[in-house]
Amino acid sequence: MVDGMLGRGQPLLELRGIEKHFGPVRALRRVDFTIEAGKVTALCGDNGAGKSVTVKIMSGIIQPDGGELVWRGRPVHLRTPRDAADLGIATVYQDLALCDNLDIVQNMFLGRERRRFGALDEGPMEQAARSTLADLRVTTVRSIRQPVGSLSGGQRQSVAVARAVLWNSQLMMLDEPTAALGVNQTALVLSLVRRLADQGYGVVIISHNLNDVFEVADRIAVLHLGTMVAQGEASEFDRQSVVELMTTGKVERADSGSLAANRASKEA
Amino acid sequence: MVAVAEAPTVLRASPVGAVVTGERPPQPYEHRRPTWGQRAQLGGQLWLVCVLAVVIAAFSLRSSSFLSQANWLNTALTATEVLLLAVGQTFVIITGGIDLSDGAVLGLSGMVAGWVMASLGGSSAGDPTLVVVAGLASGLVLGVAVGLVNGLLVARYRIPAFVVTLGTLGICTGIADLVANGQEISNLPGAVGTIGSTNLFGWIPIPALVAFVLTVAAAGLLRLTRFGEHTLALGDSRDAAVRAGIRDRSHLVRVYVLSSTLAAVSGMLVMTRLAVASPTSGSNDELNAIAAVVIGGASLFGGKGTILGSFLGTALISVLLTGLIIVNVPPFWQLIAVGAVLVAAVYVDQVRERRLR
Repeated sequence: MVDGMLGRGQPLLELRGIEKHFGPVRALRRVDFTIEAGKVTALCGDNGAGKSVTVKIMSGIIQPDGGELVWRGRPVHLRTPRDAADLGIATVYQDLALCDNLDIVQNMFLGRERRRFGALDEGPMEQAARSTLADLRVTTVRSIRQPVGSLSGGQRQSVAVARAVLWNSQLMMLDEPTAALGVNQTALVLSLVRRLADQGYGVVIISHNLNDVFEVADRIAVLHLGTMVAQGEASEFDRQSVVELMTTGKVERADSGSLAANRASKEA
Repeated sequence: MVAVAEAPTVLRASPVGAVVTGERPPQPYEHRRPTWGQRAQLGGQLWLVCVLAVVIAAFSLRSSSFLSQANWLNTALTATEVLLLAVGQTFVIITGGIDLSDGAVLGLSGMVAGWVMASLGGSSAGDPTLVVVAGLASGLVLGVAVGLVNGLLVARYRIPAFVVTLGTLGICTGIADLVANGQEISNLPGAVGTIGSTNLFGWIPIPALVAFVLTVAAAGLLRLTRFGEHTLALGDSRDAAVRAGIRDRSHLVRVYVLSSTLAAVSGMLVMTRLAVASPTSGSNDELNAIAAVVIGGASLFGGKGTILGSFLGTALISVLLTGLIIVNVPPFWQLIAVGAVLVAAVYVDQVRERRLR
């Protein structure tokens, strides 16, 4: 656990009225999005809905044309991925960005190795890697000196997440973390996602897979054609309503009161 | 009644519990650090040691003079010429590149050093120490300069390493001939030849000792330092390395500078051994160096390679080169033998890799 972590449910990162244009295309239209500490927020949307643009803005890869980002109550500007990383925002991309020929410890410390007398100081790095993996209860790996290339997909995902934890991230965005995984591996990753949130991290998962979303998410946000059409507690949604929101941006049914209220407040 | 009612509850409780927690209880990791053998990947190189032993045994049986002091010195000096090229080449090949220019840099650095020494008075110089130091320094500076050119063209302008270093191979070879109009430079201070022909305890030529010490240092650099780890990372996934904050371009430049500088050191050693600077020194050595590195288990696709492997590859090639002469095989067979070993080594490596997966 990182010092100064927020309590569960406090807003960690807020997007307020974020706009993004690419030429004449409005990729994001006044998007409001709140990520709370200690909760898993699922960001859903069809292809082209603006999920990746949103993630890229939150990770400092592209800059919004309007609106503001608020990190722990303070407006911030993320000009580079480094800015985001320095605040504690980590993005675990689908390809994971791991080096297969290096072992778990080397990958977790890549670019931030500890040194003593000019040489790598392996002892403390092993210690820190081991305790981080133990905190996350990633226990299926045989040895932390195993090359990452010999790990399963779920284990690789775990290493990528553990690296983000090790580097004092407080908000972790996972892009399609289960897309390439089988049933067991998916369960492994989802339980890891759950534990991250339980330990106080803010977690965003971007996923097409509604099974995963409903299994692990505390909050759900749905983008449709660049507009945030709904966001709220996962209990306010069901599969049907999420699919309708993703495909049409609307919910036909009358009983989803809070969603209607959400829309009404937006229109007001 | 109570017992019957409870039994199914207990039965159901354990699987449900397992599903809820969804994981095994935390277990201690293997605390065993890799042994020195594993760390040097000796397991992967063991077969190479065996092949080397078999080749040495075969030559010894065929010719009693193979294990003589004279042949050992000859083999050690042959190996010295290729060894430092192979060491530098290992770093370059691990990044996924190639350095075809290192043999030419070997020759040109010798010519530059020889020209500087001859210009400062040569064999009749007033202060031979100063002249030798100035000559060696200028040879090394030339190596650094060519490395910078190679590195910048590869890293910054993204020209394929094969093309860049093929270009500098030609340029360096041409300049080496221009320096003395294609002639050797023999007007060098006497100390140059003394360094190269001194054998410690009769068995250890100074050039071989220098090359060996630098090889051990390079092995430490690759295995134990951030520089080495970043080299391996870049070779496996440039994307991952960049996202981890590694400055890929400047790192690549440093790798090419390392390779060319070691080639220049090798050029100095060859010059001291022959006591002349020759423009043809080092020609085609780059091919033997690349063969040694690949025989040693490095992958031309990058991300894989060890200094120990390259050392053993160099040893095998050098033993083949000198041994075939000693058993009176016509020298044309040298190229054929090295070529066959190269292809066989890569095949063995692929088979082993497949079995490991």
